[in-house]
Amino acid sequence: MGEEVKLLKTWSSPFVWRVVWALKLKGVEYVSVEEDLSNKSPLLLQCNPIYKRVPVLIHNGKSIAESLIILEYIDGTWNSYPLLPEDPHDKATSRFWAKFADDKVLPSVWVAYLKQGKEQEEATVSALENLKYIEQELRGKKFFGGESIGFLDLVLGWLAIYVNVLEDATGLNMITQDTFPCLLEWIQSFTDLPLIQENHPPKDKLITKFQVLVESYTAKNAS
Amino acid sequence: MAKSEVKVLGAWPSPFVMRPRIALNIKSVEYEFLQETLGSKSELLLKSNPVHKKIPVLIHGDKPVCESLIIVEYIDEAWSSAPSILPSHPYDRAIARFWAAYVDEKLFPSMKEIVSADGEETKKVAIQQVVDGLVLLEDAYTKCRKGGQFFGGEQIGYLDIAFGSYLGWLRVTEKFNQVKLLDEAKTPGLVKWAEAFCSHPAVKDVMPETDKLAEFAKVLAKARAAPPK
Repeated sequence: MGEEVKLLKTWSSPFVWRVVWALKLKGVEYVSVEEDLSNKSPLLLQCNPIYKRVPVLIHNGKSIAESLIILEYIDGTWNSYPLLPEDPHDKATSRFWAKFADDKVLPSVWVAYLKQGKEQEEATVSALENLKYIEQELRGKKFFGGESIGFLDLVLGWLAIYVNVLEDATGLNMITQDTFPCLLEWIQSFTDLPLIQENHPPKDKLITKFQVLVESYTAKNAS
Repeated sequence: MAKSEVKVLGAWPSPFVMRPRIALNIKSVEYEFLQETLGSKSELLLKSNPVHKKIPVLIHGDKPVCESLIIVEYIDEAWSSAPSILPSHPYDRAIARFWAAYVDEKLFPSMKEIVSADGEETKKVAIQQVVDGLVLLEDAYTKCRKGGQFFGGEQIGYLDIAFGSYLGWLRVTEKFNQVKLLDEAKTPGLVKWAEAFCSHPAVKDVMPETDKLAEFAKVLAKARAAPPK
């Protein structure tokens, strides 16, 4: 077919995994290029000179950066398994929540689990508020996409994978049955999918990584 | 569609609010412009955008759409007849979205840093950041325009709207700080583009005059400095 698809990635970035899932759902063959972010390759720096970060998708020599933009590109280029809904209003709603997920949910949850002191307290309040909106979005649905996963499930998929790991690594329990029953059910349904079972970062490696991160933040605070 | 079927909640000085208005103009869609008062939020706004409580909001029928660039994409899809706002090729769409996000995430914040800079040195650094960003956009413009006047080519498109909506505030910043941010030497293409954009029929009634915006900027600064009630 003469299609060449490359994905510049790391093993642990939540932004990378959403692109992996999208490519797999669409049955797109691609070559993985593992990046070492402490020693970025010339290819990465050339393809994403402004942000210098993964993921970057290279399709027939043309590079696309920024994960949400990559997801939209993938959806527009390969027609099997549409990620976004057809209806313009539903599409806008998916995009709205995806932006909310990346701008608000991810940063607040991250800081709530990994940092300490006042920063953590404030982030926890935000994270719980932000997650309430996500919980509401899930009401009455198996997945954000309905009966099957869609754009927003891929964007929030990191929550399903990383929250268990973050809780194991830090001992914090923010997402409980009382407060987020729909989210917990979605986490189960999402991680049970064969696609996710076969494509996810290794749990033990992640736990170690987060433990190291927590320690480094603690050390920074102490100094 | 009757005019009352489409509403835009916003305020005339906001670059974000300009975006859906330009998009609706491109599609020749009539709409009602409901302006918020500075310092307060209407019931309708709080009901239509409960998450962020921010303008703009597009209300189509009775369905709200929030976030200015998401609204522009919605307008392009809901009124799908020509002219198109997003490019037709997925790669060109990715490029347009990339630079639109850059303008929102990097360029506009660095423009605000010029305003909030305390001292000449900090201001110089902030100005240089904006100029560097504009040089990147000049390069993007050269690649995107494909011989046309606009980022969208022959017609104005998504990236023209995303970036062009900041031109009013860019000019106010230039005026207040006596500096040229868009200039003939470094960004000749963008200088021409800015003129073409601002005089475009879909834009000219929506883009505020620089002097009017400058006056508003002073009012805003006073309101922000005033003690809370």
